[in-house]
Amino acid sequence: MVMAIAFWILAVVAVGAALMVVWLRDIFRAALCLILCFLAIAGIYVTLNADFLAAAQVLVYVGAIAILILFAIMLTRQYQKGNPGSWMRVPAFFVAGFLMLIMVASIVATAWGTGWPRFDAAPGAGQVTVGAPTTGAISRVLFGDGYVILFEIAGVLLLAVVIGALVIARPKE
Amino acid sequence: MSIGLTHYLVLASVLFCIGLYGALAKRNAVGILMSIELMLSAACLTLIAFSRYVVVGKVLLTGHIFVVFIMVVAAAEAAVGLAIILSIYRRRRTVDVDEVNLMKW
Repeated sequence: MVMAIAFWILAVVAVGAALMVVWLRDIFRAALCLILCFLAIAGIYVTLNADFLAAAQVLVYVGAIAILILFAIMLTRQYQKGNPGSWMRVPAFFVAGFLMLIMVASIVATAWGTGWPRFDAAPGAGQVTVGAPTTGAISRVLFGDGYVILFEIAGVLLLAVVIGALVIARPKE
Repeated sequence: MSIGLTHYLVLASVLFCIGLYGALAKRNAVGILMSIELMLSAACLTLIAFSRYVVVGKVLLTGHIFVVFIMVVAAAEAAVGLAIILSIYRRRRTVDVDEVNLMKW
Protein backbone atom coordinates (compact mmCIF):
# COMPACT_ATOMS: atom_id res chain seq x y z
CA MET A 1 0.00 0.00 0.00
CA VAL A 2 2.84 2.37 0.84
CA MET A 3 4.52 1.40 -2.40
CA ALA A 4 1.33 2.11 -4.34
CA ILE A 5 0.97 5.59 -2.85
CA ALA A 6 4.66 6.30 -3.46
CA PHE A 7 4.35 5.07 -7.04
CA TRP A 8 1.39 7.31 -7.84
CA ILE A 9 2.97 10.41 -6.31
CA LEU A 10 6.30 9.81 -8.03
CA ALA A 11 4.65 8.97 -11.36
CA VAL A 12 2.61 12.18 -11.32
CA VAL A 13 5.70 14.21 -10.41
CA ALA A 14 7.80 12.54 -13.13
CA VAL A 15 5.23 13.01 -15.90
CA GLY A 16 4.49 16.59 -14.82
CA ALA A 17 8.17 17.49 -14.74
CA ALA A 18 8.73 15.82 -18.13
CA LEU A 19 5.86 17.86 -19.60
CA MET A 20 7.40 21.00 -18.15
CA VAL A 21 10.70 20.08 -19.81
CA VAL A 22 9.10 20.17 -23.25
CA TRP A 23 6.59 22.97 -22.59
CA LEU A 24 8.58 25.67 -20.81
CA ARG A 25 10.04 28.33 -23.08
CA ASP A 26 12.80 29.22 -20.61
CA ILE A 27 15.36 26.48 -21.20
CA PHE A 28 17.06 27.07 -17.85
CA ARG A 29 13.82 26.28 -16.00
CA ALA A 30 13.31 23.31 -18.31
CA ALA A 31 16.68 21.96 -17.19
CA LEU A 32 15.67 22.39 -13.54
CA CYS A 33 12.45 20.45 -14.27
CA LEU A 34 14.62 17.77 -15.89
CA ILE A 35 16.49 17.43 -12.58
CA LEU A 36 13.16 17.04 -10.77
CA CYS A 37 12.11 14.38 -13.29
CA PHE A 38 15.36 12.45 -12.77
CA LEU A 39 14.88 12.55 -8.98
CA ALA A 40 11.32 11.23 -9.34
CA ILE A 41 12.56 8.43 -11.60
CA ALA A 42 15.17 7.55 -8.95
CA GLY A 43 12.33 7.26 -6.44
CA ILE A 44 10.46 4.97 -8.84
CA TYR A 45 13.60 2.80 -9.00
CA VAL A 46 13.41 2.50 -5.21
CA THR A 47 9.83 1.21 -5.46
CA LEU A 48 11.15 -1.39 -7.94
CA ASN A 49 13.71 -2.67 -5.41
CA ALA A 50 16.64 -1.19 -7.35
CA ASP A 51 18.43 0.66 -4.58
CA PHE A 52 21.87 0.68 -6.20
CA LEU A 53 20.50 2.00 -9.48
CA ALA A 54 18.51 4.69 -7.67
CA ALA A 55 21.72 5.93 -6.06
CA ALA A 56 23.53 5.68 -9.40
CA GLN A 57 20.71 7.60 -11.07
CA VAL A 58 21.02 10.44 -8.56
CA LEU A 59 24.81 10.49 -8.86
CA VAL A 60 25.13 10.17 -12.63
CA TYR A 61 22.05 11.95 -13.98
CA VAL A 62 21.43 14.61 -11.34
CA GLY A 63 25.02 15.03 -10.27
CA ALA A 64 26.79 14.86 -13.61
CA ILE A 65 24.55 15.08 -16.68
CA ALA A 66 22.18 17.76 -15.37
CA ILE A 67 25.06 19.91 -14.17
CA LEU A 68 26.74 19.47 -17.55
CA ILE A 69 23.52 20.59 -19.26
CA LEU A 70 23.24 23.63 -16.99
CA PHE A 71 26.83 24.55 -17.81
CA ALA A 72 26.15 24.18 -21.53
CA ILE A 73 23.05 26.38 -21.28
CA MET A 74 24.95 29.10 -19.49
CA LEU A 75 27.98 28.88 -21.79
CA THR A 76 25.92 29.11 -24.97
CA ARG A 77 24.04 32.11 -23.53
CA GLN A 78 20.86 31.59 -25.48
CA TYR A 79 18.57 31.21 -22.54
CA GLN A 80 17.21 34.67 -23.15
CA LYS A 81 16.05 33.49 -26.54
CA GLY A 82 14.30 30.55 -24.89
CA ASN A 83 13.48 27.12 -26.13
CA PRO A 84 11.14 27.63 -29.08
CA GLY A 85 9.49 24.88 -31.06
CA SER A 86 10.34 24.28 -34.67
CA TRP A 87 8.06 23.87 -37.67
CA MET A 88 7.93 20.19 -36.71
CA ARG A 89 5.89 20.94 -33.58
CA VAL A 90 2.47 19.90 -34.83
CA PRO A 91 3.59 16.76 -36.72
CA ALA A 92 5.80 15.79 -33.78
CA PHE A 93 2.83 16.13 -31.44
CA PHE A 94 0.75 13.82 -33.59
CA VAL A 95 3.59 11.29 -34.07
CA ALA A 96 4.35 11.15 -30.34
CA GLY A 97 0.68 10.99 -29.38
CA PHE A 98 -0.02 8.25 -31.90
CA LEU A 99 2.99 6.23 -30.70
CA MET A 100 1.87 6.67 -27.09
CA LEU A 101 -1.64 5.47 -27.92
CA ILE A 102 -0.24 2.38 -29.68
CA MET A 103 2.17 1.54 -26.86
CA VAL A 104 -0.32 2.07 -24.03
CA ALA A 105 -3.00 0.07 -25.84
CA SER A 106 -0.65 -2.84 -26.53
CA ILE A 107 0.75 -2.81 -22.97
CA VAL A 108 -2.72 -2.82 -21.44
CA ALA A 109 -4.00 -5.48 -23.86
CA THR A 110 -1.10 -7.87 -23.26
CA ALA A 111 -1.66 -10.66 -20.71
CA TRP A 112 1.56 -10.37 -18.74
CA GLY A 113 0.71 -12.93 -16.08
CA THR A 114 -0.14 -16.20 -17.81
CA GLY A 115 -0.67 -19.60 -16.25
CA TRP A 116 2.14 -21.09 -18.28
CA PRO A 117 5.28 -22.52 -16.68
CA ARG A 118 7.34 -19.62 -15.49
CA PHE A 119 10.86 -18.77 -16.48
CA ASP A 120 13.01 -19.40 -13.44
CA ALA A 121 16.67 -18.60 -13.54
CA ALA A 122 19.11 -21.02 -11.95
CA PRO A 123 19.06 -20.48 -8.19
CA GLY A 124 21.59 -17.94 -7.07
CA ALA A 125 22.51 -16.83 -10.59
CA GLY A 126 22.03 -13.10 -10.54
CA GLN A 127 18.87 -12.77 -8.52
CA VAL A 128 17.86 -11.60 -5.10
CA THR A 129 14.59 -11.89 -3.22
CA VAL A 130 12.30 -8.87 -3.25
CA GLY A 131 13.24 -6.48 -0.47
CA ALA A 132 16.88 -7.55 -0.22
CA PRO A 133 19.66 -5.09 -1.09
CA THR A 134 21.01 -5.50 -4.62
CA THR A 135 24.41 -3.87 -4.52
CA GLY A 136 26.46 -6.91 -3.59
CA ALA A 137 24.54 -9.16 -5.96
CA ILE A 138 25.05 -6.70 -8.84
CA SER A 139 28.78 -6.61 -8.17
CA ARG A 140 28.95 -10.41 -8.13
CA VAL A 141 27.13 -10.61 -11.47
CA LEU A 142 29.12 -7.77 -13.00
CA PHE A 143 32.54 -9.09 -12.01
CA GLY A 144 31.99 -12.83 -11.95
CA ASP A 145 29.46 -13.73 -14.58
CA GLY A 146 30.97 -12.86 -17.93
CA TYR A 147 30.43 -9.10 -17.84
CA VAL A 148 34.03 -8.27 -16.92
CA ILE A 149 35.08 -7.67 -20.52
CA LEU A 150 32.10 -5.33 -21.02
CA PHE A 151 33.10 -3.50 -17.87
CA GLU A 152 36.61 -2.99 -19.24
CA ILE A 153 35.24 -1.83 -22.60
CA ALA A 154 33.04 0.69 -20.75
CA GLY A 155 36.16 2.02 -19.04
CA VAL A 156 37.94 2.41 -22.39
CA LEU A 157 34.82 4.14 -23.78
CA LEU A 158 34.84 6.63 -20.92
CA LEU A 159 38.53 7.36 -21.46
CA ALA A 160 37.91 7.93 -25.19
CA VAL A 161 34.98 10.22 -24.32
CA VAL A 162 37.08 12.29 -21.94
CA ILE A 163 39.80 12.78 -24.56
CA GLY A 164 37.30 13.37 -27.37
CA ALA A 165 35.26 15.92 -25.42
CA LEU A 166 38.44 17.78 -24.48
CA VAL A 167 39.63 17.86 -28.09
CA ILE A 168 36.25 18.93 -29.49
CA ALA A 169 35.53 21.64 -26.91
CA ARG A 170 39.05 23.06 -26.86
CA PRO A 171 39.23 26.63 -28.15
CA LYS A 172 41.07 26.91 -31.44
CA GLU A 173 43.93 29.33 -31.41
CA MET B 1 -5.61 -1.84 -7.21
CA SER B 2 -2.09 -3.05 -6.63
CA ILE B 3 0.80 -1.73 -8.66
CA GLY B 4 2.05 -4.14 -11.30
CA LEU B 5 4.18 -4.38 -14.39
CA THR B 6 1.55 -2.63 -16.52
CA HIS B 7 1.69 0.57 -14.48
CA TYR B 8 5.44 0.87 -14.84
CA LEU B 9 5.36 0.12 -18.57
CA VAL B 10 2.62 2.69 -19.19
CA LEU B 11 4.55 5.28 -17.18
CA ALA B 12 7.72 4.54 -19.16
CA SER B 13 5.93 4.77 -22.50
CA VAL B 14 4.37 8.12 -21.51
CA LEU B 15 7.79 9.46 -20.51
CA PHE B 16 9.32 8.10 -23.73
CA CYS B 17 6.72 9.81 -25.92
CA ILE B 18 7.11 13.13 -24.09
CA GLY B 19 10.84 12.88 -24.75
CA LEU B 20 10.21 11.94 -28.38
CA TYR B 21 8.01 14.99 -28.85
CA GLY B 22 10.68 17.21 -27.31
CA ALA B 23 13.45 15.70 -29.44
CA LEU B 24 11.43 16.25 -32.63
CA ALA B 25 9.94 19.66 -31.86
CA LYS B 26 12.74 21.60 -30.19
CA ARG B 27 15.08 23.97 -31.99
CA ASN B 28 17.62 24.50 -29.24
CA ALA B 29 20.25 21.75 -29.43
CA VAL B 30 20.54 21.55 -25.64
CA GLY B 31 16.77 21.08 -25.42
CA ILE B 32 17.00 18.18 -27.88
CA LEU B 33 19.74 16.59 -25.77
CA MET B 34 17.59 16.95 -22.64
CA SER B 35 14.70 15.21 -24.37
CA ILE B 36 16.99 12.37 -25.44
CA GLU B 37 18.09 11.89 -21.83
CA LEU B 38 14.41 11.65 -20.92
CA MET B 39 13.91 8.90 -23.51
CA LEU B 40 16.94 6.98 -22.19
CA SER B 41 15.56 7.15 -18.66
CA ALA B 42 12.24 5.76 -19.85
CA ALA B 43 14.02 2.82 -21.51
CA CYS B 44 15.95 2.16 -18.26
CA LEU B 45 12.65 2.18 -16.38
CA THR B 46 11.21 -0.60 -18.58
CA LEU B 47 14.33 -2.74 -18.08
CA ILE B 48 14.19 -2.40 -14.29
CA ALA B 49 10.44 -3.05 -14.24
CA PHE B 50 10.86 -6.27 -16.25
CA SER B 51 13.71 -7.46 -14.04
CA ARG B 52 11.50 -6.92 -10.99
CA TYR B 53 8.36 -8.61 -12.31
CA VAL B 54 9.51 -11.45 -14.61
CA VAL B 55 10.01 -13.92 -11.76
CA VAL B 56 7.51 -13.67 -8.92
CA GLY B 57 9.15 -12.79 -5.62
CA LYS B 58 12.63 -12.42 -7.10
CA VAL B 59 14.61 -9.61 -8.71
CA LEU B 60 16.58 -10.78 -11.73
CA LEU B 61 19.70 -8.67 -12.04
CA THR B 62 20.23 -8.87 -15.80
CA GLY B 63 18.12 -5.77 -16.36
CA HIS B 64 20.07 -3.94 -13.69
CA ILE B 65 23.34 -4.75 -15.48
CA PHE B 66 21.87 -3.40 -18.72
CA VAL B 67 20.89 -0.18 -16.96
CA VAL B 68 24.39 0.24 -15.53
CA PHE B 69 25.83 0.13 -19.04
CA ILE B 70 23.09 2.42 -20.40
CA MET B 71 24.04 4.97 -17.74
CA VAL B 72 27.70 4.78 -18.81
CA VAL B 73 26.81 5.33 -22.45
CA ALA B 74 24.31 8.09 -21.61
CA ALA B 75 26.94 9.99 -19.65
CA ALA B 76 29.40 9.57 -22.51
CA GLU B 77 26.80 10.71 -25.04
CA ALA B 78 25.91 13.79 -22.99
CA ALA B 79 29.56 14.78 -22.58
CA VAL B 80 30.41 14.46 -26.29
CA GLY B 81 27.11 16.02 -27.38
CA LEU B 82 27.56 19.06 -25.19
CA ALA B 83 31.18 19.43 -26.35
CA ILE B 84 29.95 19.44 -29.96
CA ILE B 85 27.26 22.01 -29.08
CA LEU B 86 29.88 24.24 -27.44
CA SER B 87 32.10 23.92 -30.51
CA ILE B 88 29.22 24.82 -32.84
CA TYR B 89 28.32 27.80 -30.67
CA ARG B 90 31.90 29.01 -30.69
CA ARG B 91 32.10 28.93 -34.48
CA ARG B 92 28.61 29.99 -35.49
CA ARG B 93 27.26 31.89 -32.45
CA THR B 94 24.06 29.85 -32.39
CA VAL B 95 22.75 26.57 -31.02
CA ASP B 96 19.59 26.68 -33.12
CA VAL B 97 19.55 23.44 -35.11
CA ASP B 98 17.51 25.07 -37.91
CA GLU B 99 20.38 27.48 -38.54
CA VAL B 100 23.13 24.83 -38.40
CA ASN B 101 22.58 23.52 -41.92
CA LEU B 102 26.17 23.35 -43.08
CA MET B 103 25.90 19.72 -44.25
CA LYS B 104 22.45 20.14 -45.79
CA TRP B 105 22.69 20.07 -49.53
